[in-house]
Amino acid sequence: MIDLTDALAAVRTNRKADDVVITTMAASRAWMEAGTQPLDFTFVPSCMGHATSLGLGLALAQPKRRIIVCNGDGSMLMNLGSLVTITSQAPTNLVVIVLDNGVYEVTGAQPTPGSAEGRSLGHAVDFAAIARGAGFNAVYRFSTTEQWAAAAANALGARGPVFIWLDVRPVPGRAGPRSPGPAAQRAQAFMHALGVRPH
Amino acid sequence: MFSGEQVAALFTSLGVTHVVTVPDSTIGRWEDEIEQNGIAVVRVCREGEAWAVAGGLHLGGAAPIVMIQCTGLFESGDALRNMLHEWKLPIYSMIGYRSYLNQDTLPGDTTLVFTEPILAAWKLDVRLITQPSQLSLVAEHYRECKTAAIPGVALIAEGKA
Repeated sequence: MIDLTDALAAVRTNRKADDVVITTMAASRAWMEAGTQPLDFTFVPSCMGHATSLGLGLALAQPKRRIIVCNGDGSMLMNLGSLVTITSQAPTNLVVIVLDNGVYEVTGAQPTPGSAEGRSLGHAVDFAAIARGAGFNAVYRFSTTEQWAAAAANALGARGPVFIWLDVRPVPGRAGPRSPGPAAQRAQAFMHALGVRPH
Repeated sequence: MFSGEQVAALFTSLGVTHVVTVPDSTIGRWEDEIEQNGIAVVRVCREGEAWAVAGGLHLGGAAPIVMIQCTGLFESGDALRNMLHEWKLPIYSMIGYRSYLNQDTLPGDTTLVFTEPILAAWKLDVRLITQPSQLSLVAEHYRECKTAAIPGVALIAEGKA
């Protein structure tokens, strides 16, 4: 198991200056605690499950930038079809990271229907198999901090779309993330950081 | 209602870069011409995705339109709420109004009961289009919404009446 902060630290260490990092749910909370920059998109408030879709849109509009989506397993389960949508477009600059703690952490750590605890047969779903089945060619799974830290640069730098599945330790009892400011103003600031003007 | 050529020409004239869509039997027939006009078509698996994909496109500097049926509108409420009302992204959409033109010959489709009240509940600026001669109204409404930086909906009557 990887601590959430360690999982995100490897992303932070290996991001390039012009990369966009999208975080949602518990990942947003942990990412903000370590500090943010203008090309971070803290997807709070969100429509749960749609960080991958938002990332796809950004990847298509900004093909010269790498877009890294730090998603949760509960969020991923809410929008599995987005993996198929992503591969239908095949953006080479999109990385989807699933931080899998097996629970809906921000609502009190109830098991997801994809976790071993949430399933009658007791076997967790195989996100790597789902990603491969959806058409991702670059699929990785890491279960220890050492493995992930050692391989993060290569995995993040693979030709996309990339799917990275990390076994992450839950952080029970932590509150959900708070929006760091009015969303509309943050959207404008983010677009400014990208150097784009709204149509 | 409209031909694919008409819709493709309309989107080109408006500077649309991407159409994010789930087809129905009316709007789906426009896809080929839209792509042939050089506009990217992003086919999503469910309509909720469409708003978030369009949101990402808009944030990245593109000019997307969401093109879905009203049943997909019903499915996609939370994504719409977040993208259009919380992030205030001025995304325009064309929404097919199923059975609107068949009300006399094929009554009973509950989309006729719920579509307009739901759009009103979402506080969206809607232009109902019921005649083939009204294509220019879509362009006019699109430009009005872009000028005001608000989302808008062209509600396109569907059916065979």
